[in-house]
Amino acid sequence: MNLRLFVHSVLMVAEKDMRIYYYKGSVVIFGLLFPFIMFLTFFIGRNLDIALFFPSFLGMMLFFSASSTGPLITPWEKREKTYERLVSLPVQIGSIVLGDILAGAVFGMAITTIVWIGGTLLLHLHLVNPLALIPALVLGSITFASLGTLLASPATDTPSNIMMYSNLVRLPLIFVSGIFIPLSQLGSWAWTNELSPLTYLVDLFHAALNGDAVFSPALDAGALLLISCVFILAAKLIQQRNLISGR
Amino acid sequence: MNAIEAINLRKSFGPVAAVDDVSITVQEGEIFGFLGQNGAGKTTTIRMMTGVLTPDTGSVRISGIDLLKYPLEAKQKMGVIPENGTVYSDLTAEQNILWTAKFYGMDKANRERRCDEILARLGLESRRHDLVRFFSKGMRQRISIACAIVHSPPVLFLDEPTTGLDVYSRRLVLDTVRYMNKEGSTVLITTHNIEEANELCSSISIIERGKIIATGSPEKLKKQFDTTRYVEISFDQPVTEELFAALGIARAEPRGDKWRVYTGNTDQAVKQLVAMAAADHLTILSIATSSPTLEEAFVQMTGGAT
Repeated sequence: MNLRLFVHSVLMVAEKDMRIYYYKGSVVIFGLLFPFIMFLTFFIGRNLDIALFFPSFLGMMLFFSASSTGPLITPWEKREKTYERLVSLPVQIGSIVLGDILAGAVFGMAITTIVWIGGTLLLHLHLVNPLALIPALVLGSITFASLGTLLASPATDTPSNIMMYSNLVRLPLIFVSGIFIPLSQLGSWAWTNELSPLTYLVDLFHAALNGDAVFSPALDAGALLLISCVFILAAKLIQQRNLISGR
Repeated sequence: MNAIEAINLRKSFGPVAAVDDVSITVQEGEIFGFLGQNGAGKTTTIRMMTGVLTPDTGSVRISGIDLLKYPLEAKQKMGVIPENGTVYSDLTAEQNILWTAKFYGMDKANRERRCDEILARLGLESRRHDLVRFFSKGMRQRISIACAIVHSPPVLFLDEPTTGLDVYSRRLVLDTVRYMNKEGSTVLITTHNIEEANELCSSISIIERGKIIATGSPEKLKKQFDTTRYVEISFDQPVTEELFAALGIARAEPRGDKWRVYTGNTDQAVKQLVAMAAADHLTILSIATSSPTLEEAFVQMTGGAT
């Protein structure tokens, strides 16, 4: 494989996704507004310590924003009949999968960074471990952009079906990942959080901002990396299968 | 050198063999027509040749590069206008062309120069900054063609490029195909329009139920069906088919107020018809002979159900 051509094709797919899909209604609603509303619903009127919950909020923000573009792209392109043209360009399925993930990851990382900077300036929050913040932002955005792309991989040309299906997967995750109840306080439900990839991201943000992580940052980063690889490979396999079956 | 070489392509969807052992070779500089009825396997074949669909077996080489082994390199050599594919309606005409040109690795100055040139050629200069979603079908198809030819590909695939277009857009598309061929592109075009293929193509393959049933130049294919020569004749009074059957003519069809009599020997048929008209006191109002058409050859080869 010609690596230069492959990287170029990944970047070109990502550029197209950024130009077209960042402004779609469902991306704005599920990627930006939804996590804000969820957090405010939980936070307002409960006299909670914002510093304690801010890492969870950042985790939720990154989770929703990074995973919001992926589910839209492939079904949208199949419905609009642009997918066939895209596949006939100098791309491989791997370029399309990684390009879509890159677009989702950049979106998630940019939004979350803005929220973190804004929150830190307005609320005078701390940054205990800057070295944990970088993998949290980078690996977290890649993991959940990969999840978004994986969710879009089944052959369908109906974006609304995939958005519904992706929320069916995403919503339960926020309740078992230490977002609203810190991991250290989950008690007998603690076993559920280890199954959720979001747990490791939230824990990594806790390590970075408050220094009150449950797992070690290395374990969190390793888990996110492993889960990313699984999501990427699964998305590639499913889309490759679609190409063989003509769907 | 062969510009396109598809060898023993097979593709099944469940128990149905959509394409069964199809091989196509297109020489550099040719315009190659790929004809077939709806569902014959044209689009499935072209999708395998452009990397949109993975064949069950077989291989495809574009300008000598194996498409399955080196898809990125092979696709760099081709421009594709898919039957069911369109350009991005959320981008402007210019953005679509420039993004595609960038995809093929063209530098900025080259992209912009080529974009200006193509928009002018396709009559879309004044709409370059408009979103494609506001374009008519013909204009969208022109942008689709612009994207396919922006990098001056050595090989150009067009799947039913003129279907559903108005006369102006159709003419522009065909002129562009000729222009690209003149500029050095090898063209493979699928079409329903037999006369279009007859005018454009130097070689033709006909596919039927997933198998290639004939390949050759349009003239060669017509000659294979020399029995489709006909004499068109009209009389001053109605006649029945039995009249022609009595002369040993196997096929005669009414065409308005005329009869079309198919024959392998027009000279003999004309003499027989004139003699018969004299004997039966019929006045011949008009009589004309015709060479076989590609359409006739196609109808014969595909079982007569176009």
